[in-house]
Amino acid sequence: MSTTPPGRIGDGAGLTEVTATSHVVICCGSGGVGKTTTAAVIALEAARAGRRAVVVTIDPARRLADALGLEGLTDTPSRIDGPWPGEMWALMLDTKATFDGLVRRYAADPGQTERILANSFYRNISGALSGTQEYMASEKLYELAEEGDWDLVVVDTPPTRNALDFLDAPQRLARFLDHRLYKVLMTPTRGFVKAVNVAAQAVTRSLSKVVGAEVIGDAIAFFQAFEGMEEGFKQRAARVDELLRDRSTAFVLVASPKADTVAEAGYFADKLRENGITVRGLIVNRMQPTFGHDDLDRLSSGGDAARERARTLAGTALGDHYVCLADARQLARGEERHLGGLAERVAPAPVVRVPVQPVEVTDLGSLTHLGDLLFGRSGGDSGPSGESG
Amino acid sequence: MIIVAGKGGVGKTAVTAALAVAASTVGLRTLVVEVEGKGTMASLFESDRLSYEELVLIEAAVDHAGVSARTVTPDDALLDYLAERGLQRLSNRLVSSGLLDMVATAVPGIRDILVLGKVKQLERSGDWDLILLDAPAAGHAITFLRSARGLVDAVKVGPINTQAQEVLDLLTDAARCRVMLVTVPEETPVNELVETAYSLEDQVGVALAPVVVNGVYPHLAGLAVDPERAAEEVGVGLVAGESDLLREAAAFRSARTELQDQQLHRMADELPLPQLHLPYLFTSELGREELDELAAQLVRRIEALPAVGS
Repeated sequence: MSTTPPGRIGDGAGLTEVTATSHVVICCGSGGVGKTTTAAVIALEAARAGRRAVVVTIDPARRLADALGLEGLTDTPSRIDGPWPGEMWALMLDTKATFDGLVRRYAADPGQTERILANSFYRNISGALSGTQEYMASEKLYELAEEGDWDLVVVDTPPTRNALDFLDAPQRLARFLDHRLYKVLMTPTRGFVKAVNVAAQAVTRSLSKVVGAEVIGDAIAFFQAFEGMEEGFKQRAARVDELLRDRSTAFVLVASPKADTVAEAGYFADKLRENGITVRGLIVNRMQPTFGHDDLDRLSSGGDAARERARTLAGTALGDHYVCLADARQLARGEERHLGGLAERVAPAPVVRVPVQPVEVTDLGSLTHLGDLLFGRSGGDSGPSGESG
Repeated sequence: MIIVAGKGGVGKTAVTAALAVAASTVGLRTLVVEVEGKGTMASLFESDRLSYEELVLIEAAVDHAGVSARTVTPDDALLDYLAERGLQRLSNRLVSSGLLDMVATAVPGIRDILVLGKVKQLERSGDWDLILLDAPAAGHAITFLRSARGLVDAVKVGPINTQAQEVLDLLTDAARCRVMLVTVPEETPVNELVETAYSLEDQVGVALAPVVVNGVYPHLAGLAVDPERAAEEVGVGLVAGESDLLREAAAFRSARTELQDQQLHRMADELPLPQLHLPYLFTSELGREELDELAAQLVRRIEALPAVGS
């Protein structure tokens, strides 16, 4: 007997079209909803449809990384072999290496590259600084989409507090290089700017007292080292932005049925729309089975009757069985309540519900199985299932 | 002071809130500090959104020492910091010109140290018996807590160095500060918790409190009996199809609890810390009622731990 009534899996066909026709798919959503796994499944689906696909993962869980053979790899794509007509490649984003590559590309000469890479201010920016990861994810995406020979580039986005960080990231460095302080520091001391400059120097002196002259010196050296490169960076940022808004780029929202991630997905959908971007699909992972949801009226244990029976039979084995059923239904009802309204907010994008899986994705077999569920090739039966990761 | 940390989605904020209620019921005046201000904490207490000003969440009463809460954001903490040193003029200029962003870029960790510095000041004030800091999500928590050590090395002199040193003293003093890690009994969250635990001890030198495992499915012994037989035992008739449903639901839950137990045992093997288990509540709409229930469970489980000073 199926634990999930037919039709609840949702509209796999709409997603199939996204996978078959898009050049870029961007998976977004809050942390811990299975975004990375979903991105990998989409790339796999494209490969199964004969396309040449690459997936950029940000921070895959150990098991998924193992399944994809990503352990210890750098940020160059590696091929994942399997029984499909197309190709599937995967890589793990290396924020610093990607940034270094960008510097190399736009530096006038090797000397400038070296000065920038050695600067401690640069090392701070290119390391774990928040925002840089989003920026480098979009940069990597651009690099693959524009310069690689890929039919489809799938990118997993970093878990972010601000839903729009990823969209905004390319512009941020451009703005940073456009900073007033930068201009003031770079402007030679001439009559008409002298007043500004004196004020800036006063601030610089006060700052030096608080954070140390060394730090300020590094920052100034960084801006000096970047001289002449900001135009290249700005143009690149504008092109990345164009790619993100291109018609062949599809944004797919990934969520779980928990109240807070549904709220975040709804917020993200609204923000994307405000930015003129259409959501092309909503994937809700880890739906709990309903156990006869549709039969509530017919069976004596329907609705809260199961809870009621659990109470009257407390202490017996049958009582435990009713507790179990009532708990499961309560959970499923809660999920339905949370999801209510979300479909309308992303309409007409297809909404796909994926039942919770018994185990985490550990190999290509389980990834393929997940693909069958996601793209509607399998019944709704998730089988006896524990918890996915 | 207890810093509550864990990966996103494990219920870190709910655990922090339950811990606050539990502390208040055993007579500790408790302050909850949020650094990300997502609004979840306020909704758990069915109160207004938190701000930089303290807000009373539970009034002191016969059975409660009281819980208050506030946010500590880097910008507000910086203004405080500069104002206390007579540098308001500089602070206005820093904020209005966007220079703060630049300084924060130049000195990574400076935002974190401003927040931790402010929390340290609250800890020193003596107004509270317990301060609970709802830390940023897991990966970021290590960076957040490592900022003090990083800055002590990076900035050798001056007020930032002093501030970082004082924060480091707080973090590494097991009598004043512990980190409580929260997870759920699933494979990836458990892996991350174990990694985070060792990183925190090695890289920050902070002492760890017992681990909180949130969302543990309670065992139902009766599920081992087939529903048909269980019904016969008590003389209850089942309608057509009902035993199938019950059997299916039981199989699903048994598989879930079996996996959960594997993860709990594995964590006990890999990490020699006591575990405090909180039950799965089968609802994601938590309010005061659920908090009180979780708090009562916490108190019971903490009392059951072998006695140690903390």
